[in-house]
Amino acid sequence: MATNTQIPVADRRVPVIAPGHTFSTITEKISNIVLSRPVSLGWIFGFLIVFSMMNMLMMALGYLFIKGTGIWGINIPIGWGFAIVNFVWWIGIGHAGTLISAILCLLRQTWRNSINRFAEAMTLFAVACAGIFPLAHMGRPWLAYWMFPYPNTMRYWPNFRSPLVWDVFAVSTYFTISLVFWFVGLIPDFASMRDRAESTLVQRIYGLLAMGWRGSARHWHRYETAYLLLAGLATPLVLSVHTVVSFDFAVGIVPGWHTTIFPPYFVVGAIYSGFAMVLCLAIPIRAIYGLQDFITMRHLENAAKVMLATGLIVAYGYGMEAFMGWYSGSQYDSFLLWNRLHGPYQLAYAALLACNIFIPQVLWLKKFRVSTGWLWLISFIVLVGMWLERFIIVVVSLSRDFLNSSWGQYYPTKWDWMTFAGTIGMFLTAMWLFVRILPMISIFELRTLLPEAHVHEAAEVKQ
Amino acid sequence: MTDSVTNSSIYGLMAEFDSAQELVAAAHKTHEAGYQKIDAYSPFPIEGLAEAIGFHKNSVPLVVLIGGLIGGISAYALQYWVAVITYPVNVGGRPFHSWPSFIIVTFELTILFGGLSAAVGMLILNGLPMPYHPVFNVPEFAKASEDKFFLVVFSSDPNYDAARTRSFLTGLSPRMIAEVPS
Amino acid sequence: MDEHKTKVTGIGAGGEVCPSKRKQLDLATVKAQIEETTGPEYWRSLEELAGSAEFQEMLHREFPKGASEWLDDFSRRGFLKTMGASLALAGLTGCTRMPNTEIVPYVKQPENVVPGRPMFYATAFTLGGYASPILVESHLFRPTKIEGNPQHPASLGGTDVYAQASILDLYDPDRAQNITYMGDIRSWNAFMEAVRGPMNVQKSLAGGGVRILTQTVSSPTLASQIRSYLAANPQAKWHVYEPISRDNVVEGAKLAFGEPVETRYDLSKADVIVSLDADFLYAGFPGSARYTRDFAARRNPDASMNRLYVIESTPTSTGMKADHRLPVRAAEVEAFAQTLAALVGIKVGEIGPPGESEFIKAVAADLTRHRGSSVVIAADHQPPVVHALAHAMNDTLGNVGKTVFYTDPVDANPVNRSESLHALVEDMRAGKVDLLLILGGNPAYDAPAELEFASALKSNAVSLKVFLGSHRNETAELCQWHVPEAHYLESWSDARAYDGTVSIIQPLIEPLYGGKSAHEIITILAGQSGLTGHDLVQAYWQKQHPGADFDAFWRKSLHDGWIEGTAFATKQGKFDLSRLNLARESISITAFRETGVFELNFRRDPSIYDGRFSNNGWLQELPKPLTKLTWDNPIMIGPAMAERLKLNFKDVAELEFNGKKVKGAVWIQAGHPDNSITVFLGYGRTRAGRVGTGTGFDVYPLRTSQTPWFADGAKLRPTGEIYQLASTQGYQTMETPVGERPLVQERSLEEYKKEPNFAKEGEPPADLTLYKPFDYSKETYSWGMAIDLNSCVGCNNCIVACQSENNIAVVGKEQTLRGRHMHWLRVDAYYNGPRENPKGFFQPVPCMQCENAPCELVCPVQATVHSSEGLNDMVYNRCVGTRYCSNNCPYKVRRFNFFLFQDWETPQFKLMRNPDVTVRSRGVMEKCTYCVQRISERRIDAERVDSTIKENDLQTACQQSCPANAIAFGNLNDPNSLVNKWKAQTRNYSLLGELNTRPRTTYLAEVRNPNPELEESKAELRTPRAEAERT
Repeated sequence: MATNTQIPVADRRVPVIAPGHTFSTITEKISNIVLSRPVSLGWIFGFLIVFSMMNMLMMALGYLFIKGTGIWGINIPIGWGFAIVNFVWWIGIGHAGTLISAILCLLRQTWRNSINRFAEAMTLFAVACAGIFPLAHMGRPWLAYWMFPYPNTMRYWPNFRSPLVWDVFAVSTYFTISLVFWFVGLIPDFASMRDRAESTLVQRIYGLLAMGWRGSARHWHRYETAYLLLAGLATPLVLSVHTVVSFDFAVGIVPGWHTTIFPPYFVVGAIYSGFAMVLCLAIPIRAIYGLQDFITMRHLENAAKVMLATGLIVAYGYGMEAFMGWYSGSQYDSFLLWNRLHGPYQLAYAALLACNIFIPQVLWLKKFRVSTGWLWLISFIVLVGMWLERFIIVVVSLSRDFLNSSWGQYYPTKWDWMTFAGTIGMFLTAMWLFVRILPMISIFELRTLLPEAHVHEAAEVKQ
Repeated sequence: MTDSVTNSSIYGLMAEFDSAQELVAAAHKTHEAGYQKIDAYSPFPIEGLAEAIGFHKNSVPLVVLIGGLIGGISAYALQYWVAVITYPVNVGGRPFHSWPSFIIVTFELTILFGGLSAAVGMLILNGLPMPYHPVFNVPEFAKASEDKFFLVVFSSDPNYDAARTRSFLTGLSPRMIAEVPS
Repeated sequence: MDEHKTKVTGIGAGGEVCPSKRKQLDLATVKAQIEETTGPEYWRSLEELAGSAEFQEMLHREFPKGASEWLDDFSRRGFLKTMGASLALAGLTGCTRMPNTEIVPYVKQPENVVPGRPMFYATAFTLGGYASPILVESHLFRPTKIEGNPQHPASLGGTDVYAQASILDLYDPDRAQNITYMGDIRSWNAFMEAVRGPMNVQKSLAGGGVRILTQTVSSPTLASQIRSYLAANPQAKWHVYEPISRDNVVEGAKLAFGEPVETRYDLSKADVIVSLDADFLYAGFPGSARYTRDFAARRNPDASMNRLYVIESTPTSTGMKADHRLPVRAAEVEAFAQTLAALVGIKVGEIGPPGESEFIKAVAADLTRHRGSSVVIAADHQPPVVHALAHAMNDTLGNVGKTVFYTDPVDANPVNRSESLHALVEDMRAGKVDLLLILGGNPAYDAPAELEFASALKSNAVSLKVFLGSHRNETAELCQWHVPEAHYLESWSDARAYDGTVSIIQPLIEPLYGGKSAHEIITILAGQSGLTGHDLVQAYWQKQHPGADFDAFWRKSLHDGWIEGTAFATKQGKFDLSRLNLARESISITAFRETGVFELNFRRDPSIYDGRFSNNGWLQELPKPLTKLTWDNPIMIGPAMAERLKLNFKDVAELEFNGKKVKGAVWIQAGHPDNSITVFLGYGRTRAGRVGTGTGFDVYPLRTSQTPWFADGAKLRPTGEIYQLASTQGYQTMETPVGERPLVQERSLEEYKKEPNFAKEGEPPADLTLYKPFDYSKETYSWGMAIDLNSCVGCNNCIVACQSENNIAVVGKEQTLRGRHMHWLRVDAYYNGPRENPKGFFQPVPCMQCENAPCELVCPVQATVHSSEGLNDMVYNRCVGTRYCSNNCPYKVRRFNFFLFQDWETPQFKLMRNPDVTVRSRGVMEKCTYCVQRISERRIDAERVDSTIKENDLQTACQQSCPANAIAFGNLNDPNSLVNKWKAQTRNYSLLGELNTRPRTTYLAEVRNPNPELEESKAELRTPRAEAERT
């Protein structure tokens, strides 16, 4: 959280900010990226790529709404394909952001101050991408609003027993709260931007967003309380969201879905993939915008450690699934295991184990944790692995359920792929814009990391 | 330094400091000197500053509590009303009042309302948004969002007297003192 | 365009029922315009409107098969729009076309038409000359559904898939819609003019140049018409041809009795049934509906249960029901029959291989144990000698008069089909034929290859060729004149059922395209004119039934659906062994493997018969009983042979026979005899229509009149290509690598007697629940269903009945391949045991209507919820299409409209649909609801008279169509209801009961009645569970 009376001992050894920075240097360095740094060709080129990917998404969705979900590879029995796989994947990625900003905040992990801003942005964009799929996968998307409880002439109400309705509430709440949290965090920085902006227009815009923030002691006081409470609320929320998503499966009776281990296993998996995404973004950004001073190796290493830990928990999850397959004595569950290992999707399962369990173990070695190249590669592999995990859970379980007569195969179509790639494009497009128009690191929170910011300590120094 | 302006046209006197340390000390002194209507401005939250200017009660937590309760109760009430009273249908042989299923939405709405009331409550209690404020008239105040620290004694303070207050502030050895025109 | 529509519908026929006033006005004006033009000319003028270039182009172009249609939307949509429009011109908007001759309703509904209330008419559907008596449901004179005639001895309420699906043929938009001469549209008058001239010439020649080619005719009226014409013109000839002929049966009968006789069986009295390759429980076998009923009635393990031995070449649903099944090559059946005959005490000279196996001894012993209560049935495709042997055995076993009966042939002209066609072709080539009348059929496509009938027809040797046919098919292409044939629901006729009973075929609707019937064509020959089918049929029966009470007689016959006392009297066949010439070289059983040549079998297709139904979407998409294949015919071989040839499912293989080659995709069928290949007739049509053209591959080129059914000497080689076969199930056993799944519970009779409750294992007790279950006992009704797996013979009837009743869409091959077929009710086929000769199981799976329905729980919008009567309702309007319900349905009975599968454009289909059932749109889930529309209708009827629904008043479509009475549906709150009695049986079990879904559809476990003597075959048929128990 923002004000730290005590900087943990550890922090003294490896600073989270490189030495030699003052309030104004921090402010300048970060705000100048937005205010004065010229738009580079590289930025424009990259933007064109990701933006066209996003338009591919629009195309895919347009055709989908014209023709129907039949353009995808789904069928009976496999009623859910890429759409739900991607949904779960994106939601999961979102989790790291909230985790960093809220949970680490409560745990007074000050190092999170320099990465929480764009981690939260990542959350928002990821959840936005995720949000597309539940809508798009419907047979009649134009009736999506029927999921909300509103008085209507049919005197009809949604079914509050259905996990999908839970999803609607969980995801929309999650998005709203993340947005609020993010915006509240931005207010003081908007003020900084306002006061540093050259052009009147830019000043007006930031001024509007800052809502007249003037850093009054009273304001700061209430602000911190509110921020702390938000963090406190966001923490159970982030844990609940993927729990609810896991209910989509755990409440179902399909072998491979109907298991009590899903909630924790999904949440941890989400954090796993989330941190992987944070690293995938942080590593290039800090290099491009020269932010090594603020996003130090310490941040990357900590993220790597979190990945390692969560990865092990995920591995436990897989182990437990396999164990229950045998221990339950249910022939359907034991067949599920057999099918994953020897069935038509065995390659996917093998890849899953490699990406999520075996390869990340190298993070035990400092050598890999401190090499940005390796870190990036491993994070990317984990992202792939977590996508595969959702594929295995959704598709493979459905393709082989109770009645042999009704088994099926799933073949994704080009539209499935376009939609998936498209959301990645949308996500990156948002990121591309974000780094250019908003301070990607929380300026005022960084200020609090400077020794001068700590009144009593400063006093000690004097005496 | 001219003394021409009268209280009415002056919002207050502003003193600028270099460090949080000085600001807090100055705030303490000013408060002890009996000034009630004062405020301190800093580019980041400073521990103890609010107390220093005599600001203690903070009703944000209460707002959040109320908001959260409203969210949760209304959520469960809605679900109960729908499932048991107004639209009771046999869904998969489950009881009308399937309370375990209703917990999730209840939880989510508690969080939603609580979170929103935290943010909105904070803004309203802070009187934001307020795009215009007299302190912005002082050019140096732009630094308040970067690396400078300010203390303001409002002219509305009973003890306020242009000359005496100014001399008092000078005694705190600020970088400068400026009048805040209203 | 609209203007045209209205005019047309105004004209259509005498008794139009047109909703809009404006149409009536137009009618008047148009009537004025075309004062004395007769119907046909009127049609012609219309067709000139419709016959625009692009319309013709569209009609004649090779249509994409169902496959591609959903992928490129424009082609299909665009096509249907134009097509629809043009057809609308032909008088086919939503208005109905009441026949203007008097027809008599089957009294079950009020005599007078009440809009919204269907009427039922009794009539008959004919296949291969044999009539299946049916009732047709008619909504405001639009036939919508076909059901069996419960009072007719040949049906007792059961039907077959062909009869059920024939309603779709009536509305087939690809039907020929106008009389054409060399492809140009002509009027009926013009046609009569064109024929009259040559006819007069022929009169002078005593009809010397006239040839009439018909399919099998059992219609007394038509027969007498033709005969009287032949009497007047002795030189004229009448030829008969059917690709699925019963020549062998006739020859066999001649061999045995010296005269053709019809053999009829009474399976209700048969304790032991031996089938020599006969698929007597599936549609296409004369009397199959009745046989199925009687057979199934004797499968009750609590009463005296019959025993079925099937010796068969191609695996069939009948074989899968057998207690003992012996897969042999078709050619070996004769040897088997000889041996068996010898063992039951017939002197048949030396006994050929396969010698006396344990199996055959046991069969013989069983037969001799059941003198007078056993029956031996020979397959139509087995050679005459096998039939003769069957007759001999039945005779020796004293079954004749008890379980076997002989009557005069139903066929009015029982000549040898191939000989008859041979003679015709010779005459044609010799130029002896001046006027050739082809009344129905499609010889240009399905005649024996060596005749090259098509070329003979094409050549100018025959000066005038007239074809009467419903479609502009391969044969129509080669005849100058093509007269559209009226569908049997559009025209008058009569026909005999397998027992000889005559049914009057009465039309339910005015011919949609002004089609003509064979009767009317013959009148032209005979020079009579102006006689309608109605006049002819009535006149004929007037002759048969003179007297004052004719009107009453006529009325009753129409009403009941058959004519009293027309069933053939049974006669004592004087069996004569001496005619049996068994000095045939015995077949070498082992010859094949070395030479690498195989036996080739031709079989009728279970779905599209000989190809006549290939433009019928319902039948094309009907999963075939064992393979569950749709839209294609495979090259079927056995597992061992496949391994030797390194062939797998879907591999394309080249089949060579008599120097001719065809390519087809391989299907490996469990239980198929080794070194034998089966191919199915009826596919590879080139001019079938939008649906049928180009599906599968044509095997008629390999089929000669010498080897119509099977022959040695076929070669099969892999080509390395792959062809997708759309099977709705694939090759599935109930075994998985981690043990057997108790989906179909099965035991032998002894085991059942020892352990009657075997099926219940794993089912949770009713009180195993955390919360109080819903109480349905207060309701008047609480619906439930029970399906007797012992009775079910996998005949697929229920599927078609359901499709017809519930307006279920046809989705095409491409979508079926993707697993998106829409059948609400499916019949799962499972195998158990060795692949060479497994046990087969059929399990009809409708919606289980679970009380703890997993699907309902997860629906976010409550689009599927429980009704107070325990139904699992599906609210289409509320469904948003998340498909969660389907994912969570352990029975996978829910079907989803991935696209707009329903055809909303074609006007014909608007006429055909059941008005009581919603036509679903895109993005909506659908499923079986126990025919809730029927329940509501009956409930309203009952409430109107302050009573409750009676057991017999209400049947679901599947139950009603089931010839085996395998489905019981009714009110669980009525202690005396049949369904309650069934559910009370010990065999009753829930599918996947261990999931505690509490299904309302339950199953009566299967019990087989194997011969205790056949230990070794028992071992070979042992189920993995049985093994598990042993170890």
